[in-house]
Amino acid sequence: MASEVLLQAIVAGLLFGMVLSVVALGLTIIFGVMDIVNFAHGEFLMIGMYTGLLVSQYTGADPLFALPVAAVIGGLLGYLCYWLFVRLLLRGPMLAQLLGTFGLMLFLRNLALLLFGSEDRSIQKGILVGKSVVIFGSCVVPSTKLGAAVLAVLAFLGTYLFIEKTKIGKALQATAINPHAARFMGISTDRMNALAWVIGGAGVTVAGGLLVNFWAVNPYVGLLFTMLAFTIVALGGFGSVPGAFFAGLIVGIITEFPGIWDAISLWTGWNWMYKVPMISFKYTWVYLAYFLIMLITPKGLFGWKR
Amino acid sequence: MEELLRTSEVEIRYGSLPVVQGVSIRVNSGQCVSVLGSNGSGKSSLLRGIMGAQRVSKGEIFWKKREIQGLRTEAIVKLGLVYVPEQKMLFGPLSVLENLMLGAYLIKDQELIRANLKHVFELFPRLEERIYQRASTLSGGEQQMLAIGRGLMSNPKLLMLDEPSLGLSPLLVKELLGTVARLKQEGIPILLVEQNVKEALHIADYGYVLQAGRLVLEGPSSELLASDLIRSAYLGL
Repeated sequence: MASEVLLQAIVAGLLFGMVLSVVALGLTIIFGVMDIVNFAHGEFLMIGMYTGLLVSQYTGADPLFALPVAAVIGGLLGYLCYWLFVRLLLRGPMLAQLLGTFGLMLFLRNLALLLFGSEDRSIQKGILVGKSVVIFGSCVVPSTKLGAAVLAVLAFLGTYLFIEKTKIGKALQATAINPHAARFMGISTDRMNALAWVIGGAGVTVAGGLLVNFWAVNPYVGLLFTMLAFTIVALGGFGSVPGAFFAGLIVGIITEFPGIWDAISLWTGWNWMYKVPMISFKYTWVYLAYFLIMLITPKGLFGWKR
Repeated sequence: MEELLRTSEVEIRYGSLPVVQGVSIRVNSGQCVSVLGSNGSGKSSLLRGIMGAQRVSKGEIFWKKREIQGLRTEAIVKLGLVYVPEQKMLFGPLSVLENLMLGAYLIKDQELIRANLKHVFELFPRLEERIYQRASTLSGGEQQMLAIGRGLMSNPKLLMLDEPSLGLSPLLVKELLGTVARLKQEGIPILLVEQNVKEALHIADYGYVLQAGRLVLEGPSSELLASDLIRSAYLGL
């Protein structure tokens, strides 16, 4: 019994972690290329969630078909954010960039509040919605979460291969390592920065499109995911793409800590463990992990910039 | 001879401090021109100014009689001016091959890229031996070879070398400057910035001498080698 509960928690954590690593991917790429922390990252995710929701509501199509739409909207949003906003912030001090993306966060959140209202909205129908599958004999997993995890891994792998194997991906890496040297190769820093924002924006809105299959959306949903993404990027190492993947899995498992706690209490039979309402502060463990990582290993598991 | 690069009365300032004042130089096709001077004489600043990596406060810069001052660095690279920086500026975490391929970033023709790669490995066989090694793990001499090789990957119409011998042992300096001489024979126009005055002048056709940001002497290499200023100030004769 205890082992089944433990397995359930770990599988759920890994599946959620796969989606989380795509959430964090854009944050780490933007940081890697231009040393900017995008506080509005979670709001991009929120926009991806609304895109999935509205596209499926108005067209009647499955929410999964909204993913390409979410990718295009996210990429465009990233592109415009860079050219019309972030590029101008670069002329100012570091503080201007921090406060600038923070302002972008507030703006997008309140714009969503104005357009969509503050109530939770969720998807009611879809190929995957309401179904579940049994894996490893006894582990029940909702189809939405399994499907989201599989697609998330594909999206992550695709982005990783783009950065590692293509010429333009190498140019992106070169700009991340040394933008001055890259310019001497004829690589435009502005274009690479814009590309980072396009990938970052498209990646996180796709993650939103996946997430909305099993997670209700409201204008404030971004905050939680910004915090989770920050934890993942800090753990994996700022700017590290492989780091974001493995750290995503680890953070996914940490979010299932209440399940692991239950497994331990079943295994030991200690009564006091049942009485702790672990589920009501499940994210506390993630933030505690973030705090400890910054304290113990500020460079994360994979160091800064690969 | 066709004029490639010309600067006219160029001035560069760091804040209010002028580091290059009224410098006019010229490189013709097929020529190797050397800019000489001690540390802090403004040689590197001049090159960075030409490349658009340093703001030029006064004067003009022409490439094939067209004004290029104010263009972005990427645009200047596209014209065929290739700069091999003093601090090498390699992409340390990337491999030797990846660094070289980035040098060919603007070239679309795969055949040409292969030919260039072959040429670079012919010049520097040690780079071929270390093809998959991270650039940051190379020795100082190998890093300089890689920096020059990376510059050659884009078929430069003018190769600007910023103190290629800096920090190398005398033997390596000889080897490297020998390669520069070979590139000159292959017909690649070169603008060579050096502190090793004697060696540089043996390679170059023409030389300019900078002192504290000002041009103090210029002339064909043979004349400069015989001049009193060079003999007393740089060669210690």
